[in-house]
Amino acid sequence: MSVPRYWREEVPRYRLQGKKCKACGAKYFPARPVCTCGSTEFGEYKLSETGEVVTWTVIRNPPMGYEKYKPYMVGLIELDDGIKILSQVVDVDPEEVSAGLKVEAVFRKVKEDGKEGIIQYGYKFRPVVE
Amino acid sequence: MRKVAVAGIGLIKVKEYWDRPIGSLFQEAAYKAMKDAGTNKIDSLYVANMSGALMQDQLNMGTVMADVIAKPGLPATRIEAGSASGGVAFHEAVKAVASGYSDCVMVGGVEKMSDVLPEVVTSSLVMSEEQEYTAYTGVTKAGLSAMLHRLYLDIYASPEEVGMMAVKSHDHAVGCRHAQYPFKMSIERAMASPMEADPIRMMECSGIGDGAAALILVPAEDSGVEVAGSAVATDYCSLAQRDDPLTFNAVKTAADRAYKMAGVKPSDINLAEVHDDYTINGVLSLEALGLVEQGKAAKLVAEQGTARDGKIPTNTMGGLKARGNPLGATGIYQVAEVALQLRGAAGDQQIEGAEVGLAQNMGGIASICAVNVLRRLA
Repeated sequence: MSVPRYWREEVPRYRLQGKKCKACGAKYFPARPVCTCGSTEFGEYKLSETGEVVTWTVIRNPPMGYEKYKPYMVGLIELDDGIKILSQVVDVDPEEVSAGLKVEAVFRKVKEDGKEGIIQYGYKFRPVVE
Repeated sequence: MRKVAVAGIGLIKVKEYWDRPIGSLFQEAAYKAMKDAGTNKIDSLYVANMSGALMQDQLNMGTVMADVIAKPGLPATRIEAGSASGGVAFHEAVKAVASGYSDCVMVGGVEKMSDVLPEVVTSSLVMSEEQEYTAYTGVTKAGLSAMLHRLYLDIYASPEEVGMMAVKSHDHAVGCRHAQYPFKMSIERAMASPMEADPIRMMECSGIGDGAAALILVPAEDSGVEVAGSAVATDYCSLAQRDDPLTFNAVKTAADRAYKMAGVKPSDINLAEVHDDYTINGVLSLEALGLVEQGKAAKLVAEQGTARDGKIPTNTMGGLKARGNPLGATGIYQVAEVALQLRGAAGDQQIEGAEVGLAQNMGGIASICAVNVLRRLA
């Protein structure tokens, strides 16, 4: 991962921040340059940090760079504001995950590029403790 | 627009060619296609290849393959559209002949996956996804398919019914000379195989193989096999951006365009080659193509509806699961297989009386799809 490529995504990844279309109000994460309504005018938008698991899987044969974390879960999560997001689901055993499980965002390490590369961070989601 | 015909077909067996470089595979398929067409006077070349940059450190694949077949001077282009590279390249080659710009085009697909370790293949597959918010999660292509698989099981079918997609592909590969895995596989074996990405099991996934396939396209005359319809469509890359992830809109749109161009309805299709890189993707493709109602494809497959004598014979030479899935070459294999069927040259795999067939090839998780409809003339 190159440094500029990582650096320019820091705000959306660290703050769960997307964009809201100024013309039609549609909310996006990640940001898009053009809204489906055709507008290119957007304001900042802070996503809900809680939501529900829609569907999920367990990654047993990961891509390069993620090997030492296996097995891990990735889910499609619908946030309370209606935005859907893909994320790792952590701090829970696969047997305890089901559709509708309430989850919250946490800030976590994602991976590291060897001994000299950057350590990469981002959001993951874990079950909400009532 | 001129009508276009498939005049030459060249295939090699999908397998692991440890002792041969990628160019040698392409050359063999290309020479078979020219011999089959009875001409070597091709005037342009399209090469479908997905991952040569990662697997062989090779870009400029169009030029490299023109060099390999000793035809410097030929205009050549490499087409990359993820796993849909073959189907999309075929579509571009059809346009070249239909427009009148070219009179004799070679479109070939080639991929050599055995040059790298399995984890490199896994990484290469997820390179078709958006990188910063999809691939960054550590998800794989199998994992994304698995999330759809789970949703489908919740609503429509049992694991065994979806798994039958792989069983049927293996059934159809028996006796097929270019298939990588020409043997039967039982549903019990599939369901006992280890989890790849829950709930997808290893024996529901296409494997790693090397392959090359080539076709020669010319203006259509009164006989042979014509390209009746050819279309490509895209969708939002991420599953998170789609209203209903179980609906493959790119497949639907491409199919609608191709059917319209061919003047056919889904019920007119006599056989289909669909993109079963994972069982669930084959199932959802059958539905998006309009060949089966939404939610009913897995049941149809389990009830033998996609068998050789079924309602819609599907993956008649093994599909991606059993013929093999050499990424960029896969879409060309599919079209070649449909053309062989319509010629009546499919040997043990022959679907008797087939007149119209389709090949459906997709990249990403149905973020791009090519649908090509072929018809027998005279």
